Amino acid sequence: MAEHGIGARVPRVEDQRFITGKGRYTDDINQAGQTYAVFVRSPHAHARIRGVDKSSVASMPGVLAVLDGDDVKADGLGNLICGWLVKSKDGSPMKMGPHPLLAQGKVRYVGDRVAVVVAETYAQAKDAAEALVVDYEELPAVVDLAGAHGAAALVHDEVADNLIFDWELGDKAAVDAAFAAAHHVTRMELVNNRLIPNAMEPRAAIGVYDSGTDAFTCYLTSQNPHVHRLVMAAFIGVAPEHKLRVVGPDVGGGFGSKIFIYGEECVVCWASRKIGGRPVKWTAERSESFLSDAHGRDHISTAELALDKDGNFLAMRVNTKANLGAYMSTFSSCVPTYLYATLLAGQYRTPAIYCDVQAYYTNTAPVDAYRGAGRPEASFLIETLVDQAAMELGIDPADIRRRNFIPRDAFPYQTPVALIYDTGDYQATLEEALKLADYAGFPARRAEAQRRGKLRGIGLSCYIEACGIAPSAVVGSLGAGVGLWESAKVRFSHTGKVQVLTGTHSHGQGHETTFAQLIADKLGVPFGDIEVIHGDTEKTPVGMGTYGSRSLAVGGEAIMKACDKIIAKGKKIAAHLLEAAEGDIEFKDGKFTVAGTDKSKALGEVVFAAYVPHNYPPDLEPGMEEGAFFDPPNFTFPAGTYVCEVEVEPATGEVDIVRFTAVDDFGNVINPMIVEGQVHGGLVQGIGQALLEGARYDDSGQLLTGSYMDYCMPRADNVPSFAVVTSAGTACTSNSMGVKGCGEAGAIGAPGAVINAITNAIGRRVEMPATPEKVWRAIHSNVAVAAE
Amino acid sequence: MYDFAYHKPASLADAVKLLADHEDAKLMAGGQTYIPTLKQRLARPSDVIDLGAIAELRGITEEAGGVTIGAMTRHGEVAESAVVRRVIPALAALAELIGDPQVRNLGTLGGSISNNDPAADYPGALLGLGATVRTSKRQIPADQFFTGMFETALERDEIVKAVHFPRPEKAAYAKFPNPASRYSMVGVFVAKTGGGVRVAVTGAGQSGAYRWTAAEQALAGNWSPAAIDGLTVDPSGLNSDIHASADYRAHLVKVMAKRALAAAG
Ligand SMILES: Cc1cc2nc3c(=O)[nH]c(=O)nc-3n(C[C@H](O)[C@H](O)[C@H](O)COP(=O)(O)OP(=O)(O)OC[C@H]3O[C@@H](n4cnc5c(N)ncnc54)[C@H](O)[C@@H]3O)c2cc1C
Repeated sequence: MAEHGIGARVPRVEDQRFITGKGRYTDDINQAGQTYAVFVRSPHAHARIRGVDKSSVASMPGVLAVLDGDDVKADGLGNLICGWLVKSKDGSPMKMGPHPLLAQGKVRYVGDRVAVVVAETYAQAKDAAEALVVDYEELPAVVDLAGAHGAAALVHDEVADNLIFDWELGDKAAVDAAFAAAHHVTRMELVNNRLIPNAMEPRAAIGVYDSGTDAFTCYLTSQNPHVHRLVMAAFIGVAPEHKLRVVGPDVGGGFGSKIFIYGEECVVCWASRKIGGRPVKWTAERSESFLSDAHGRDHISTAELALDKDGNFLAMRVNTKANLGAYMSTFSSCVPTYLYATLLAGQYRTPAIYCDVQAYYTNTAPVDAYRGAGRPEASFLIETLVDQAAMELGIDPADIRRRNFIPRDAFPYQTPVALIYDTGDYQATLEEALKLADYAGFPARRAEAQRRGKLRGIGLSCYIEACGIAPSAVVGSLGAGVGLWESAKVRFSHTGKVQVLTGTHSHGQGHETTFAQLIADKLGVPFGDIEVIHGDTEKTPVGMGTYGSRSLAVGGEAIMKACDKIIAKGKKIAAHLLEAAEGDIEFKDGKFTVAGTDKSKALGEVVFAAYVPHNYPPDLEPGMEEGAFFDPPNFTFPAGTYVCEVEVEPATGEVDIVRFTAVDDFGNVINPMIVEGQVHGGLVQGIGQALLEGARYDDSGQLLTGSYMDYCMPRADNVPSFAVVTSAGTACTSNSMGVKGCGEAGAIGAPGAVINAITNAIGRRVEMPATPEKVWRAIHSNVAVAAE
Repeated sequence: MYDFAYHKPASLADAVKLLADHEDAKLMAGGQTYIPTLKQRLARPSDVIDLGAIAELRGITEEAGGVTIGAMTRHGEVAESAVVRRVIPALAALAELIGDPQVRNLGTLGGSISNNDPAADYPGALLGLGATVRTSKRQIPADQFFTGMFETALERDEIVKAVHFPRPEKAAYAKFPNPASRYSMVGVFVAKTGGGVRVAVTGAGQSGAYRWTAAEQALAGNWSPAAIDGLTVDPSGLNSDIHASADYRAHLVKVMAKRALAAAG
């Protein structure tokens, strides 16, 4: 393996700037004449707006503009969109209420944008925003998912019962028949708790209108600048696409929350024009992030598994109610449907699966994709259900899984819920994980813990996910409004340095390193001569951005294809220079060689000839720059086994994770160090969901977990040192690198392992987050509360 | 943050005078509570008087067998003080459990007790050890200092100078942190002192830290975890929130008391 090639643990080049304070985030950008925007947000979960008295603040010091929903309407700006059309069982399209940039007539959640104040200084904008008088008529609110159907209050008048869609997937008749004939049925109700993303950098946007060119620039915390540009241009009407540049500079984490097109970025651009072109900057305060970033998860499900007497799965039936909040965010509809129910086969050969999903509006923040998006909900449901079945039938949890795995020789494998898994070896990852976790030694560890008064438990989770999102034709047939290919450009300079322009966006993933490794490996260019450029619609080719663990599997493959074109062109030039036939030229280790001879030209020489074409093939364009687009033929299917071991303190219900083993099949791995880091981060988020995190609203729709005083983020001491293995790969067949994607796995697989471990320790399942009180109550639910 | 005038007096006398002269003036110690309050626009003082430059408010001295700690002494200084560790190790251990290193490097004893957050740790130590609060005007026994949630016996123009802690024979603090904030959800400070047994509970009570007298009586003749086995804690009057119900807090009071007793030996 080359020092910087595929498989090398190359330290991340971007870390130099991040750890020395030289990162340049949106809020770090300050321009001459800059002004500040503060959004006035609804204090009520549901209210009619009787009036906004703009005159009350228009003359306050420094105030440049006060804009509300009426102004948005008057200027003809469009509504925010949901880009994926889901149809109900009866074929009718999902029912949606409008999602305006600034509220029009009604507010629908605490934090809903009512107006914006732009002023000379941040303090002046704050003062005016605070003084703005908004006359509200409070309405009853729907905050509870379970009670959304038939609730007295309607979030959107046009959506009856608050029901957005009632969707289904799978063969219901076959499933019902299998259940009717089953030896055993395991049934459970379960909650997938609502999460708040909490990226370290809050959302921020700067809008700048240049009257000289009649064009806008928007600096933005975006995971996908081109998608932002497309929607802001084509649907909102901020500017025509060619008159809008979106720049996502360094972005401090997204986890999905920065995919979406929110009102704020549109408003700051529009406001900049309104005030004559001065830049308008908005940076969310942390409390605003809690209220207004799209939240994640929030399902209530009933899950059933039919088994024969040997523990073979016969069928699975799932009903899920999904809370989508007060408005349909950009990708909200596909999360509890196509990113969820299609994964319900898990790693198993369950022959028949049926799932129906009712999605509801409530007077809470919009809910959309958050690390894993749909797949964590599916994986958690399957893996807790399988464990419960094992418990009921008295089968070891590892055995019931072994019995039902899709065998390694059955790939490609068509599941009953639409997906075709290309490769995998689920038993191999399970066995490796069990060995590493010393599963066999667990009974002894449990006995030893018991002597110390602790309840020790072990839990497995064999997750699968669909990544590398996504084949455009497939998602198009399912209702997506866009294609999900990716693009790249590889550009050499005279001196042989390389710029790689990618349509993906790095906000913590380390693309600048990984992508450079791809080029170094493929073209034999020194690693230090490669620069990866991303995040600016004016520089990079059109791309769809970073989410769904797609950047390497889709964006990386576009880079590989562009490299293929570089090599092909290089061969033509080398053939000319070496006076050989093009077909005789071979490319290897950065050199073009005439096959079977020692005659060769280094890539650098060929590149130089392309830019200084004094002696050059007559029919060939000069220059060395190639672009490629790649639309993947299938999703990729990372999978693995996580083993969690906990100790529970019976006196208090405290759960201590004492051991955590993760064996992942990510296919081939480009940079194991970065991949392990991604796994660590994902595991911590998954453990956070299982034990600590949970967004809570009170009955009136006020967010109770609106700061870190009440929303519990995982900290370093909440997690153990992880044992992570990423070399258990079966190469993916949907791209030439054989990679599957690793960004979400930890968050997808961990919750099931943690909850199963607790269940194993205390004999009962506790809903997430498994707080000390819940665990304590579960332990003592049949016992009088005695002092321990 | 609203606009205010900022003062940094060099002596206690100057601070007292500034406080008397400006009706809407507020003191600032480590600013760990007060600065976030200002940033969220929850307070609108005319003047902020920073106590950070007043040397006489800082420092730890051994006095009359116990320790006296200046109001502006940081939690981290208490945690690391050789004197506190020797004379009242339980107090140093408590300080070490407050917040994170950044908070401990700025937060102060005076600020903590004057604020009297019902989930703060120090009030447990003051009540548990029978400490005395020395102010710019008088001496106030801990039992009379904490008067309710975020309320103390301090008058508007009164400044905490120091706290004197007598040395206990045995003492320990057991804390069950709130998982999110890491303040105490339930903290119990137990001490066996010349004047009798003291058991103080913080984090749990709706009106702040309080003494658990039933436990004190049970322990008076039998200083051991088993001595409180027969007691039950009444949940009425205890906090109930998304992190813990009053019932669970009541349960934890006893569990933490037993842990503290076991640790005190
Ligand atoms: C992230 C975080 C975590 C924390 N965790 C904990 C924890 O686990 N346990 C815990 O107990 N605390 C915790 N705290 C609180 C912290 O430790 C401080 O004790 C607290 O913020 C008050 O001390 P201060 O010096 O910062 O006072 P300030 O914030 O400056 O002042 C607080 C109040 O006291 C008044 N005041 C200050 N000094 C005096 C004085 N000498 N005389 C009269 N009035 C005065 C001020 O006017 C103000 O009203 C935490 C704080 C933060 C920010």
